[in-house]
Amino acid sequence: MEVLFYIAAAVTLVATVRVITHVHAVHALLYLVVALIALALIFYLLGAQFAAALEIIIYGGAIMVLFIFVVMLLGPLAVEQEKSWLTPGTWVGPSVLALVLLGEVGYLIAAGDHLPIDFMETREKGLSIALYGPYVIGVELASMLLLPGLIGAYHLGRRVSKESR
Amino acid sequence: MIDWSRTALTIVVILGGVLTLAGMLIWVERRLLGIWQERYGPNRVGPGGLLQSLADMIKMFAKEDWIPPFADKVVFVLTPAIVVITALMSFAVVPITPGFVIADLNMGILFFLAMSSLAAYSVIIGGWASNSKFAFLGSLRAIAQLLSYEVFMGLSVMGAVLLAGSFNLSEIVEAQRHLWFVVPQFLGFLGFFMAGLAEAHRTPFDMPEAEAELVAGYHAEYSGMKFGMFFVGEYLSVILLSAMIVILFFGGWLGPWLPPVVWFFLKTSIFIVLIFLIRATWPRVRFDQLLSFGWKVVMPLALINLLVTGGVVLWKAG
Repeated sequence: MEVLFYIAAAVTLVATVRVITHVHAVHALLYLVVALIALALIFYLLGAQFAAALEIIIYGGAIMVLFIFVVMLLGPLAVEQEKSWLTPGTWVGPSVLALVLLGEVGYLIAAGDHLPIDFMETREKGLSIALYGPYVIGVELASMLLLPGLIGAYHLGRRVSKESR
Repeated sequence: MIDWSRTALTIVVILGGVLTLAGMLIWVERRLLGIWQERYGPNRVGPGGLLQSLADMIKMFAKEDWIPPFADKVVFVLTPAIVVITALMSFAVVPITPGFVIADLNMGILFFLAMSSLAAYSVIIGGWASNSKFAFLGSLRAIAQLLSYEVFMGLSVMGAVLLAGSFNLSEIVEAQRHLWFVVPQFLGFLGFFMAGLAEAHRTPFDMPEAEAELVAGYHAEYSGMKFGMFFVGEYLSVILLSAMIVILFFGGWLGPWLPPVVWFFLKTSIFIVLIFLIRATWPRVRFDQLLSFGWKVVMPLALINLLVTGGVVLWKAG
């Protein structure tokens, strides 16, 4: 199981790096889809089957499709412009910050003060009971957050009659 | 511990069976369309035209496999594979009989939904990578249609899941021992059937590939076996849709006298033929009507169905 986990993790990392470094927007988004699927596999390996399925259905299947839809509509992609933006100079800041984090992870591994990967199976039933029991306030807040989005989209998409213009 | 040899055998049997069936269905559909339209259909190759699919396949392999110079080559070549892979992956969770299933996942139905949502990429990216106007228009239609109908597909299935109390497809079938879910979940069945037709882009929801307006929609630029993959993928999703309807609403392998396998195949064939009959008799609907019907009629019905089912389940539980 651990081997599968590390393979999926490696795929996620490589795909995510390509998302950032690819100059072609649609290709970068396709790499993001691969990263999300690999992430779903990691969830599955860690025992969170429900989260894995939702990761693919919602992120992989719905949200990324919309992203690609919008990028496709933008017409001819500005590959050359993207290339000119991705100069070595832009890498300095992110690299320094990432190095700090890498140092911390290295220190933690060297210190040996870490728990092994925990494969704990969570069934969807237990998850639902937790979501609608102690964490119900979170579900309510999320639904309140989504409702304005829905109403806003409806408002923007309404048909304006000729008289009111 | 998993019995690897048994699993491998099941995979080979199901993959081989399903792929052969998908190939044969091309002939079955053309022949049935012919009969319904008072003509013969393909009846020359082999007894009754039985080998027509084989002849078609040889023709496809022999054709020039042309990639348009303006296309995005890598994505263009990968896309037909996505169609077939996502359809075949879904068969992994389809329980044909109690023991005859590749992976009896606890979240079988979610796996099916995940695969059908990934299948949307084949249509969208295929149209985009072709880099031509007709293919692009086809994939624009496909995105709106697939995204809308995916929502109802999930919602209409949830009634059956509530009644069975499980996402596991085998348990859903077992829960229908006394009453098929099509009776208490008739709205769910209708919603799922429509959403499935839209997901498989079959008539009357096949606007993404409407040949009268868009040449062939998203696969207009594909030729040879790449086109063949799109074709086989469509028939695979017809088989998958029929099998899922049978499992979720018509008691899967359950039935008197005959062995379970026979029941499963009989019920599935009825739905496959029904889908062909719909193609033979119904015209395409208009695209804006398709979307407004989906969001304004099917969506509220699916939600009401879910609400009532949830209420009844709670009331029965006391």
